Parts: sequence; C-alpha cells; structure tokens
Amino acid sequence: MKHFDVVVIGGGHAGTEAAHAAARMGVRTALVTMSESDIGVMSCNPAIGGLGKGHLVREIDALDGVMARVADKAGIQFRLLNRRKGPAVQGPRAQADRDVYRHTMLAETRAQSNLAIVTGEVVDFRVKGGAIAGVVLKDGTQLEATRVILTSGTFLRGVVHIGDIARSGGRFGEEASVRLAERIDDFGLPLGRLKTGTPPRLDGRTIRWDLLEDQPGDDDPTFFSFLTRETSARQVSCGITHTNELTHQIIRENLERSAMYGGHIDGVGPRYCPSIEDKIVRFADKDSHQIFLEPEGLKSDLIYPNGISTSLPQDVQESYVRSIYGLEQAVIVQPGYAIEYDYVDPRALDATLALPTVKGLYLAGQVNGTTGYEEAAAQGMVAGLNAARDVQGGEPVIFSRSDSYIGVMVDDLTTRGVTEPYRMFTSRAEFRLSLRVDNADQRLTPTGITLGCVGQRRSEVLEDKMARLDSGRHALSEQTFTPSQVSAVGIRINQDGSKRTGMQLLAFPDVSFAEIERLDPRFSAIDGEIQRQLEREALYANYIERQQRDIEALRRDEAHVIPTDFDFAALNGLSSELRAKLTTTRPGSLAQAARIDGMTPAALTLILARLRQRSGKQSA
Amino acid sequence: MDTIYALASAQGRAGISVIRVSGSQAHGSAARLMADVPQARVAATRVLRVDNGDILDHALVLRFDGPGSFTGEDVMEYHIHGSISVQQALLNWLSQQPGHRLAEPGEFTRRAMENGRLDLAQVEGLADLIDAETEAQRKQAVRVFSGALGERVEAWRSKLIRAAALLEATIDFADEDVPVDVTPEVTELLTAVEGDLDREIRGSFVAERIRSGFEVAIVGPPNAGKSTLLNRLAGREAAITSDIAGTTRDVIEVRMDINGLPISFLDTAGLRDSTDEVEVIGVARAMERAEAADLRVFLTTDPDDLPLVPKEIDIILTPKVDLTTDLNSGISGKTGQGVDELLAGISEIFSEKVAQSGSATHARHRSAMLQTKDLLVETQRTLSQGSAAYDIAAEDLRTAIRALEALVGRIGVETLLNEIFASFCLGK
Repeated sequence: MKHFDVVVIGGGHAGTEAAHAAARMGVRTALVTMSESDIGVMSCNPAIGGLGKGHLVREIDALDGVMARVADKAGIQFRLLNRRKGPAVQGPRAQADRDVYRHTMLAETRAQSNLAIVTGEVVDFRVKGGAIAGVVLKDGTQLEATRVILTSGTFLRGVVHIGDIARSGGRFGEEASVRLAERIDDFGLPLGRLKTGTPPRLDGRTIRWDLLEDQPGDDDPTFFSFLTRETSARQVSCGITHTNELTHQIIRENLERSAMYGGHIDGVGPRYCPSIEDKIVRFADKDSHQIFLEPEGLKSDLIYPNGISTSLPQDVQESYVRSIYGLEQAVIVQPGYAIEYDYVDPRALDATLALPTVKGLYLAGQVNGTTGYEEAAAQGMVAGLNAARDVQGGEPVIFSRSDSYIGVMVDDLTTRGVTEPYRMFTSRAEFRLSLRVDNADQRLTPTGITLGCVGQRRSEVLEDKMARLDSGRHALSEQTFTPSQVSAVGIRINQDGSKRTGMQLLAFPDVSFAEIERLDPRFSAIDGEIQRQLEREALYANYIERQQRDIEALRRDEAHVIPTDFDFAALNGLSSELRAKLTTTRPGSLAQAARIDGMTPAALTLILARLRQRSGKQSA
Repeated sequence: MDTIYALASAQGRAGISVIRVSGSQAHGSAARLMADVPQARVAATRVLRVDNGDILDHALVLRFDGPGSFTGEDVMEYHIHGSISVQQALLNWLSQQPGHRLAEPGEFTRRAMENGRLDLAQVEGLADLIDAETEAQRKQAVRVFSGALGERVEAWRSKLIRAAALLEATIDFADEDVPVDVTPEVTELLTAVEGDLDREIRGSFVAERIRSGFEVAIVGPPNAGKSTLLNRLAGREAAITSDIAGTTRDVIEVRMDINGLPISFLDTAGLRDSTDEVEVIGVARAMERAEAADLRVFLTTDPDDLPLVPKEIDIILTPKVDLTTDLNSGISGKTGQGVDELLAGISEIFSEKVAQSGSATHARHRSAMLQTKDLLVETQRTLSQGSAAYDIAAEDLRTAIRALEALVGRIGVETLLNEIFASFCLGK
C-alpha cells in the first residue's frame, strides 16, 4: 500500500493540471495513468487556445499551472484571434507540436516535487464509511488517499464509430474503462450521453501545398504564459482549402452510411463543431466550407484537416477527401471517427467539483460534459487546488463569475448542466469587459499567492508589473489638461471647458497613447507593455464602473454560502418542482440558487431565512 | 458600505414625518446636525441646524447603536414636522453628507436581513408578503401583458437577441465562416425596435393620462369670462368671478368626467402685462400650466395678441358670445351657449388620442422603454466605430435587453435579490 494525499486518475489535460495544482499546494500527489506516454496527449486537434479558451489558458497560467508554459514550448504557429476587435475579446491560439507538447508535459510532471507518476489502470475505488479512501489498480496495487480526482475523459463506456463499424474504446486504439464505469454506476451518479467527432488524419507529404493558400502565424506572437518571452520551436504556416460541390455530393449520397445519420449514435453532439455531414445537411445552401490544414508537428508528416470531422466509412472518407482541391492525392493515415461516451451530469457537483454524495471524490474534464483541452485543464486546476486545500483543512477555493472564465464555466456546469458538449465562449462571461486575457494575472495571481500554489518567479513578475502599472496610472491621473491644451497637441476634443486626465483622454475611442504622450514628456517614460495595458483599462473604464454594481450584487449573494448538508427537502413552502431542482443542482450559494431556472423571490427568501437560522444556531 | 437615508413615513404632508438614516456615518452626520446627539434609545428633542447655522427644524431625535437596531447598523431617526419643505430640506442636507445616499427600495429591510436582525418567523412573514406582492404583480402583469404590449415586447426582445447573436457570432467565431460585417443587419434591427419604442413611448403618455386624467387649460386675456366658464362647467362657484379684470390670480382646478374621460379644467389668470406683483406671478403660473396642459381652450377674439401661441390641437372660441351676434364659434359661460359643443369637441379630441394610446400604462413602463431606447441609441453610436468596438456595443445591447426585460417583469440574473426587496416600500 502506497500513501498519498491526493490521487489523480488520468494523465490527460484535466489530470495533469489537477495533479500539478495539488502538488504545488504541497500535498503528496499521485498521477495514475495507463502509460507514461499518455501524459499530455492531444487526442483531437493539435492546437491550444482560441476565443474564450485562450482566456482559460491565461487564467491557468496566472495560477502557475502547466498548460500555458507547455503550449508556448510546443507552439509552432501563434495567432491572436480577433486582433481587429476589442482587447476584451481577443484570444491567443497556437498550433502545437504534439510530440513536443507531450514530452514537455511529461518532463514538467517528472520534475514537479510532491508528484509521483504511477502507471496502471484504476479499476476500483476504496471506500470507507461512504468516503473515498483510495484506488485499486488492475494489478492489485492499492493506493491510499482521502481525496481522489477522476479525469476519465471519454473512457466511460466510450464507443468509437467509423461508419457502421462500432467498437468499445475511449480514444482510438484504446480500451474503455468498463470496470470503473460499473463502479461509478454504484455511486448512483446521474449520467448522460454525448458524442464528438474527429476528421481523418492526412499524410502531409501527399498534399499539394504549392497550390494552397497559406495561413502564417502572427509576426509578433502572443504567448499563453505571462512568463514566456520567445518562441521555442520553429514556426510554420497552416494551409487553407475548401470543400466543393463534388465533395458535398459524395457525402449526400453516403449519408445513410454515416454513424450519426445511420442511427447508430444516440448521444448529442456539439452544435458549434458539427461534422461535415451535419454542415452539408443543415446548411444545404452553402456550396463550400473552409478547411484548415494544421500540421501536427515539426517532425511529423501528419496533417489535421480542421473542419471535416466525420463518422462516414473509411472508403467514403477517402473519396470525399480526394475531391478537395489540393488533396487529390492525399493519403488518409488514420480515418476520422465519432465517439460516444457517458458523462456525469455536472449539476451533481459543487463549486469545487467535488461530489457531495461521495466524500473525497472530485470529477474534472470531459467526464463532466465539457469539450476541449482548455476547459478540461481549467477544471483540473479547480479540483486539484480544492482537493489539496481540503487535505490542508483550508476554506474551499471558489472561483466567481465576476473574477474569471474558470468561475463562469464551473458555475455554468454545476448550476445549469449541459445539453451538448460544453465549450467556452467569451459571450458566456457577462463581465467579459473586465475578464480579459491581459489582466488574468492581475485577477488571479494574488489569489494563487495566498493559496500557495504560485512560485517565486511569478510572484515577482506580477509584483513588478503591478508596480509599473501603478506608477503609470498615477502619472496619467495626477494631472489634468484643459481642452485647449489637448487640442494644441492635435487631439480632437469638445471645447466643453472640462479638464481631463490622461486616463480620461485615453478612454476616448480614437485617442491612443502615442497622442497623449505629446501632452507630457513623462508619459513617454512609461514602457510599452504598461502603455498598452493602460489603454485597455481606459477603453473599458466607463463600462467596468457600470458593471461594478452588478458585480457587487453578485458577490453579496455569493457570500451567502449554502452548506452541502443543507436540506432543501425540509423547506416548507417550496413547490415540489423547485424542491426537485434544488435537490438535483445543490446550489452552493444564494447567487447560484438564483440562477436556477424557475427560481422565485419567495423561494430564495426561504432559503436565506433557513441559512440565517442555521448560522444563528451555530454561533449560539 | 454607504450610509443610507429615506423618508420612512408616508410621502406627502403629515403632522409628523420620520426620516431614517442607517449606516456607519449615521451618528457622524447627526453630530453635525445638532449640538449633542442624545444617548441611545432615549427620545429627546433637538434643534437641527444646517451648516450655516440656520435652524432646519425642531425634531424628536432617536438614536440606536448597531447591532441593536432595525438594520443592525447605527441608526438615527428624525421625527420632524411633516411639511414637504422640511422633509426636503433634511433629505437634501443628508444627500450632501459624505458617504450618504438615498436608500434603494427595500434596502433597510435587506440590510436588516443581511445583518441577521430578522428571525425566521419574520422572514417567513416577509416571504408571504412577497408572495402576495408578486402574485398581485403577476396578475397585474398578466393583465397588462397578455395584450398587445406583451407581444410587442416579446417581438422587440427577439429582434434585439437576434442583433446580439449576430454581434456575438462575429466575436466568438472569428475564425470560422461567419459574415465579417454584421453592422447593416444589426443596425436595421435596432432601428426598427427604436422606432417601435418611440411610438409606444408617445402612446404611453396618453395611456397614463387615462389613469391620471387629461388637463384642459382655459386661457385668454383678462376678463374674457374664463372663470365664469369654469363655474358653468363645474356647476358651482369654484372660482371667484367679477367684472374686474385680473380677478383670478391662482390656477383653479375642477375635475370632471366627460364621456368617461377624466378631465381637469384649469382656470388661469388672464394673460396681460401687469405691474401688480401678485398678478405677474399669476400670469407666469398660468402660462406654465397652460403650456403643460394637454389642451388649451383660448377665449379670445385675437389669439395673436396673447403671449401664448395656440397649438394645432387647441380650441379658439369667441368669449362672451351672449354679447355678440357671431354665433359660429363662440361660447358663453353666463348663458351656457356653446358649452355642450365645447364639451363634445373636447371629448372628441381626447377620444381620438385615447384610440392611439399605447398599451404601456405606467410611468414605469415608459421609463423602461426610454432606458431601452437610450441604450439602443448608444449601441448604434458604438457600432459606428466598427468591429473594434463590437465588444462594447454587445455590452450596451446586453444592458438594453435587460432594461427591456424589466418591462415584462422578467427577473434578471444578478438583480434577483434586489427585486425581492424592491417590492417593499422605500424606507420601510
């Protein structure tokens, strides 16, 4: 028997982030994986980040997580999406070299203190008195731990479909964890079924790159980590091609052979990431769809054609791929497939991603109904920090909708559940203008420092940034300029007699830092990074002030914490429908309860009243 | 946290009015208002003086120290003389005190609850009350909104959500096959809703009048028989009449029911240049009220001679028609000649207005619509800056949709608890 504080099952994106977070917190942590080569595998597209997702990666980094640093190391093409839109909705994205990513993640995991990698398959949990006591491996090894984080991805009753051929398996070529699934059934968790698809992988040497449009990366790459200063790998371009009428005809003629259209799959797929079959059926009037040809690595010839995921049989995949311009000779190395899997209704979890019904068990990642590496990793962070915190006897670490995308996601999942694989979008965050990638460190690193999950270097980097920011802000706020002074340097402004500070001038949409520099030579002494940051702050200042009231109201409601043993059934005067919803969702705070569909003011007041009564008793 | 204050007793004139102040600064501001603040829970009279030493009022003053108070915070209660001017003077003075602001509806109760000052029974009573309130409001809302406005709001809302979705699509799916420039369609949607809102806002003034009554001002030169006409309409001596020009100095109101429409007639001072100070005030007041009225009846043979310009809708009649031979457009309060025609005319004018009335009947509806409209105008302005400001435009639009939703009583995510307590009277 080996003793740990926290055991993490699974070495994917949720698992690695969870294990690292717990280990950084200083508790003895084990990461159990079927094989070391599974650690840091990107099973779907070879890219990290994007809109909303890039925000999550920055937030993970702000808490000193691993994903951002590893992605920066592995990045072979960096692009900042929405470059022409406001900074609040820009998101960094990178193509990653799969091998580099995997090797770097493994090296980081080996190097992390307090963290042991255990290879083996978890087949059972050890349970003592309704609480988790550890896990049992297939070879009979027992690991003791009072906190276990399950990150089983799509392994729970995973079924892979290629056309009308179906077989059990989590990812392509891997065994599904049937025994573990049965054990989880015993816990009586509410389960649902989802599906997701992948495109066929192509041999890059058989693609006519010379014919295709090039999509290069940005000239000045935007990194994920606040600590990264330069690229590590050679930078490459992606290619762009399009489907055509012939492609669509081939797919239409073979629709009944598709697993999704032939009635072999019951799970619900994501609307925002449809299969090529879906696209052609639902958008019949479009005669062409864009495909990004993404290299899987510098040393790999594999190409990931983003935009044509499918569950058609292999021969159909071959013929439609070859109907596409530039892919006429393309060889499919691995066919596209759809995968169906069980997920646990995340409404059964609390805001720490723990299951209140099985003490010590946390769930993170795709098993909670999400999709995407970033969503998985961010959940891993939440579960890892909380499991460790719980071991140490500290207060839970709760992320709020008002402080992070992580908070938005956890709240969405645990309050509303999912109806399709959950992906992050910037539009999910109502406080989007303040939750930006550029201030993720300002928002979260101080929390991380308090928790003890942030290293020395990051603390110093933040401290330095904050000092420069404060002094820049001060310089721009201490002095006011009359409209005539402002016009004198060529800035167009109303001659309304009101004097304005540099910050107030920057808030005008057409005023840049370069212009206000002419007002006072001292402004030029502020370094470029801080200038940009002050520009962003000023741009949204009026809106953020407006949102502040909403944020305060939310925080007040969040402060009314509903304990996990709160008995909703015992509340008199609740409708049975609401009582059932509350019992399923188990809101962790009054704010969360308020977001449940159909919630009434009277019901909230009842909950609040009972909370008061309880706290009265406890303090008495 | 801010120190809050509000009138705790009923609005309007009363023998005594109570103003309550709660928060960490409540005792601080009290100390600036009186020579010495009485000890806690002991009623005492004090002279309240404002900053320049002027006496504001003699008041009964009560001091409570937190947590032993209604809200659980430091509280002051001022029992002042209940004239509106005294109330206003104290409220104004409080508004200028650092850290003080007017309480939001139900905020005292909310603070009481948050500070644990209400026990379970009280809160359950409160819940019942809220239930009753919301049930009544729901029924009322159903009544109002099962009709045209509800449908219209739903239609506007879906247009705005469509516009928001277009913006969000260009933001969240920048890398995919979505149109790059959605401004034309978004602008079209927003402009359509703005136009509808404008119409509905105009109609709401009428609808509100149906509840509160229309105003008809009788205006004209002195001694035109305005007061005589009013008395004829009222069927009693509401206004003093005499042959002396300038008899009426103040505005006299008579409320009537004409064909089911509530109408207030206003008798006003004759409009002329005067050297009499009181009459000058009367004329100014007459002008002001006449301008604000829904309709003006001019008793004059020469409207160009008056300082008030008739509007298109207004009625111009020859006064004292009993003394002339022109029978076409004249009226006489003395004989009643032309009065029925006048009433029929007024009734027709307002009936026509009523027919155009919106389904929004309350000032609250209008203010929600005005707010929505202002935010849509703001959204359009932001949109014109191009895609770089889409995120800000989306935020404006989100706020606009929320303002619109407030109209149909949908409870917003963040404002829910505020909603609960807002169903209580201010300051209670």
